[in-house]
Amino acid sequence: MSAPAPVAAGKPSMFAATEQNVHNQRVMSAVKSLFLGMTLLLSTPVVIILSVLLYKGLPAISWEFLTADPIQGMTAGGIFPALFGTICIVVVALLASVPVGVAAALYLSEYAPDTWFTRTINLAIINLAGVPSIVHALFGLGAFVLFFGFGTSILAASLTLAVMTLPVVIVSTRESLQAVPLAFREACWNMGATRWQTIRKVVLPNAISGILTGVILEVSRTAGETAPIMFTGAAFFLPFLPQSVFDQTMALSLHLFVVSTQVPGVPEELPYGVALVLIGMVLVMNSLSIAFRVYLRRRKKW
Amino acid sequence: MVSPRADEPASTAPKVKLSVKDLTIRYGQSTALAGASFDVYENEIFGIIGPANSGKTSLLRVLNRMDTFNTAMSWEGQVSLGGQDLRTWRNLYSLRRRIGVVFPLPVGLPMSIYDNVALSPRLRGIKNKAELDVIVERCLTRAALWDEVKDRQQQLGSMLSGGQQQRLTIARALSQEPELLLLDEFSIAVDPVTTMKIEDVLRGLKSEMTIVLVTNLVQQARRLADRTAFLLMGECVEVAETEDLFTDKVRDPRTRDYVEGRFG
Repeated sequence: MSAPAPVAAGKPSMFAATEQNVHNQRVMSAVKSLFLGMTLLLSTPVVIILSVLLYKGLPAISWEFLTADPIQGMTAGGIFPALFGTICIVVVALLASVPVGVAAALYLSEYAPDTWFTRTINLAIINLAGVPSIVHALFGLGAFVLFFGFGTSILAASLTLAVMTLPVVIVSTRESLQAVPLAFREACWNMGATRWQTIRKVVLPNAISGILTGVILEVSRTAGETAPIMFTGAAFFLPFLPQSVFDQTMALSLHLFVVSTQVPGVPEELPYGVALVLIGMVLVMNSLSIAFRVYLRRRKKW
Repeated sequence: MVSPRADEPASTAPKVKLSVKDLTIRYGQSTALAGASFDVYENEIFGIIGPANSGKTSLLRVLNRMDTFNTAMSWEGQVSLGGQDLRTWRNLYSLRRRIGVVFPLPVGLPMSIYDNVALSPRLRGIKNKAELDVIVERCLTRAALWDEVKDRQQQLGSMLSGGQQQRLTIARALSQEPELLLLDEFSIAVDPVTTMKIEDVLRGLKSEMTIVLVTNLVQQARRLADRTAFLLMGECVEVAETEDLFTDKVRDPRTRDYVEGRFG
């Protein structure tokens, strides 16, 4: 540690590593292994959850499980009404939240001046993201079910979920809009393009993949939430398919809760099967969006 | 609409395209340009030289009213283009369409080469493919880029090399069919051979438009500019025939020191 001169025996070499170099390299490898360890640690729960679900739930999965109604007090049969109901809720929630969220993010990122008003709105969005889902549930019950008179329905449940996931859409959209370099906008403005022309021709095409990432996150959250739909639209047991958005429906997440805790005599693999279908559905939707995103990203890049 | 000034001096005098009077530009508390005044004549190349941070780019930003996109930026004084005060210009988009701008660093928009050049005509409402083809070929040719990209116009503009992107930016500016072309240190990212090509192009364009050339390179101003302004620390030190700055006719000692490379 004390001798600074890294001189090989007798023959000095200017290319020999100094002690400082060696030390730096050791620190670098140590930090790298630490971060690698953290990453592996992080993936462990995912691997365990997935393998347990596959091991215990796979025996329950069959074509009939996916396409039949539940029978014998939900202790046998399939989960089709819940699967279909969850898809309906997710689709309606997306239809409600994506246009609103993207429009709000476009306003905040591209048009809004930096005033106290804008900052208040931003603060409100961040706070909205922090509201517990059970509070959203009660809000949805009061606002959509009772005040607007939608009753307990797919519409009320989806709107409640849309309100809950709006911050995710807004924040991720705004981030991806702001990732588009200012130079691109200025080049366009300089040509006499309006803000909207600039957004349509330059900003949106380059932000679309980031916006889709937000939508993917939203799908996962919407499909899995239980509390917000419990009071607003999801039914305990309802072996019919909904006829319109004003009907109640079963949903996978609530069904999982019900068969795990509320119904006696459920065979052990059934809840695992439901959970596996729920995760599988989210993964399928995610991979569709990811594939779309990859396709868009290959066309547009800088 | 403001009518052109009737009391212009004798018709032999060059027509003023752009007039700047007592222009002061501020960003919040700091002053970028303090009271600059000069006239740019029609169909001339007007050089603006000066070291970094002397207000050159800010000046260009006022000329096409980009200050409206930057709330921290404010300006005083009078600037008029073709006799019309920029403050009374009702539709700034029409103003910007008449002014082409080329930035120091090339900005190839992340769309195809063709779309880059066709963007401005499309914004003007030209949809006819044949008409767009003609515009794109003409602009790329004039920017000395056509031969290099004519067979790959559908490739991404942002994947071209730096020098090619800069010529693409120039082609894009030309596609606006501007009356006034603002060039902000266009040769920073361009090799000397390409720079010479572009300089030739600019000499050719002079007959059709007025060009304001901001440059760090004193010799480039000397090669191209008919008249030149010297800005220093936000002050407009001297405006003169370019050649005069390099001879005994130079009025301010600071200008002489700068053009002779003694500081800056």
